[in-house]
Amino acid sequence: MKEFINIVSDPVYSFTGAIILYFLALKNMTFVGSKKFFMILATVVVLFFGWAASDKIFFTIISWPDNIPITILLVLVFWLTWYSFYKGVENDKRIESGEPPIEGTPENREKVWAWPNLVYTELFTIILGTVFLIAWSVLFKAPLEEPANPTWAPNPAKAPWYFLGLQEMLVYFDPWIAGVLLPGLIIVGLIAIPYIDINPKGNGYYTFKERKFAISTFMFGWLVLWVFLIITGTFLRGPNWTFYGPFEFWDPHKVVAANNINISEIFWIKILGMGLPHNVLIREIVGILMVLGYLAVGPFLITKYWGKKLLEKMGPARYYIMVYLILIMMGLPIKMYLRWFINLKYIVFMPEFELNI
Amino acid sequence: MAKQSFAKKVANTQIWKSIFRHGPPSNARNRAAVVAGNVFLHLHPIKLKKSGVQLGYTWCMGGLTFFIFLALTVTGILLMFYYRPTAEYAYNDIIALREHVPLGIMRELHRWGAHAMVITVWLHMFRVFMTGSYKPPREFNWGVGVILLVLTLLLSFTGYLLPWDQLAIWAITVGSNMAKATPFLGHGGPGASLAQIGDMVLVSDKNDVRFQLLGGRFVGEAALLRFYILHCVFIPVVVALLIAVHFWRVRKDGGISAPL
Repeated sequence: MKEFINIVSDPVYSFTGAIILYFLALKNMTFVGSKKFFMILATVVVLFFGWAASDKIFFTIISWPDNIPITILLVLVFWLTWYSFYKGVENDKRIESGEPPIEGTPENREKVWAWPNLVYTELFTIILGTVFLIAWSVLFKAPLEEPANPTWAPNPAKAPWYFLGLQEMLVYFDPWIAGVLLPGLIIVGLIAIPYIDINPKGNGYYTFKERKFAISTFMFGWLVLWVFLIITGTFLRGPNWTFYGPFEFWDPHKVVAANNINISEIFWIKILGMGLPHNVLIREIVGILMVLGYLAVGPFLITKYWGKKLLEKMGPARYYIMVYLILIMMGLPIKMYLRWFINLKYIVFMPEFELNI
Repeated sequence: MAKQSFAKKVANTQIWKSIFRHGPPSNARNRAAVVAGNVFLHLHPIKLKKSGVQLGYTWCMGGLTFFIFLALTVTGILLMFYYRPTAEYAYNDIIALREHVPLGIMRELHRWGAHAMVITVWLHMFRVFMTGSYKPPREFNWGVGVILLVLTLLLSFTGYLLPWDQLAIWAITVGSNMAKATPFLGHGGPGASLAQIGDMVLVSDKNDVRFQLLGGRFVGEAALLRFYILHCVFIPVVVALLIAVHFWRVRKDGGISAPL
């Protein structure tokens, strides 16, 4: 059983699983947003952790003090994601039967005094938060390792947990994409959301049906990419950033075959049976055309087969910014699968300009 | 009877009346006065829609984030009394804090609080997204919120270096190596090798963005001082300013969102 879990935790399987679960959840939102689903999920999770925590290796990784916030985050994220869907499904039912969403009932629209209704709630959360923080601080000492030593790097050297999604991207992309371009576009993309999403519905209440596209896209980036990569980077990456299953000993000598190749090598050597041309641009022409094709022909095809109505509704500026943001976001899973299926290292490999994609 | 009259007596003293300019908030007039007349409480509207005070709707994640920010400010100031940001003292000061302060949990509160703030600020954004609260008229405030989220991460990141242990310098080394790869501005980034005049290299490890961030070519004493000042002064001031904008706009954009 543990062997099996070790194997399926490999991103090849677990990421594919996450994508499948994501689509299943979107298709069966009414079930996902039910209390029954929550009870089943909670039982499974509690049983799994109860069983897994008896394993020494699993317990060591989970209970490392700096990993505890991620465990808390995961519990909260899954609970609150379910909760927002639960409220969304309830509201969708109400809207379908002609009622206003629960937040819009005359009773909830009524104005109440900030004192005591709001002030007391805040006081209550502050007290609860204080108790929680003090309990956490008494139970777990803040970690402190050996004094800083610039000549000896620990293995693995990990960034703080909230950046481990970015560090995990380094497996698939060079730092200029994983550490600069993508984080920058995440920030820009997030700020752009209100200007791109011109759907007037779903403003000020939970819903799923009225904002299917916006919520699905956001969920993909937030859960399937960001949260998933943080989990992988935190719990499943050991020495040399090698993959280790949750029950696997972090053996620093674990050898992983790394024979990744570039598009240029596949094209010139494997397919044409020639040597690599000397000129950089000719050598990398296939990869460059692939990237340009993705960025130029991609939007064209998307618009032709799928986005015409959206383009009309949103106007070209909004529409194309959205298409590009989504295309670049989807570039990450595409590169991940290319790595797994054809051992692809770089699509474009131009170390002459430090420009590798 | 005697007790009540004592309370009344206190409430009638000049001192009490100078501090609280109205009676207990048990009637409409005083409830309005207590919120409008208090500099902290006047962040709130006097009355608001019932849906906006329900925990099931707001999760109180924004409020919790602000509370943790305040808690981190207080614990951070206390820690500053004991901590000197130099390679010579930093680590020993942290050890001293652990060994010499009986029952001391200030560093724990500060570290776990920092983690908690990252979590609450993410969940706050998630809630705002799920309720569509970024939609007009709140587009701008969503953007301010995204910047605040990024600054929260940077606050936590800069603070990560200060204990000056192995965990700290190598986490920051990994993080700041990303800056090296900035296109055109980092010496390992695309385009940097093009910036050359004859033999003169314009972007090198002695002047690129990572050098500006660390004050050197590696995470050393200069980086510690830079991160200390960024962490304790620069970013908190910017965050405080943006929080003011954020809260002000929540009020001006119509309060906590509700169905139109």
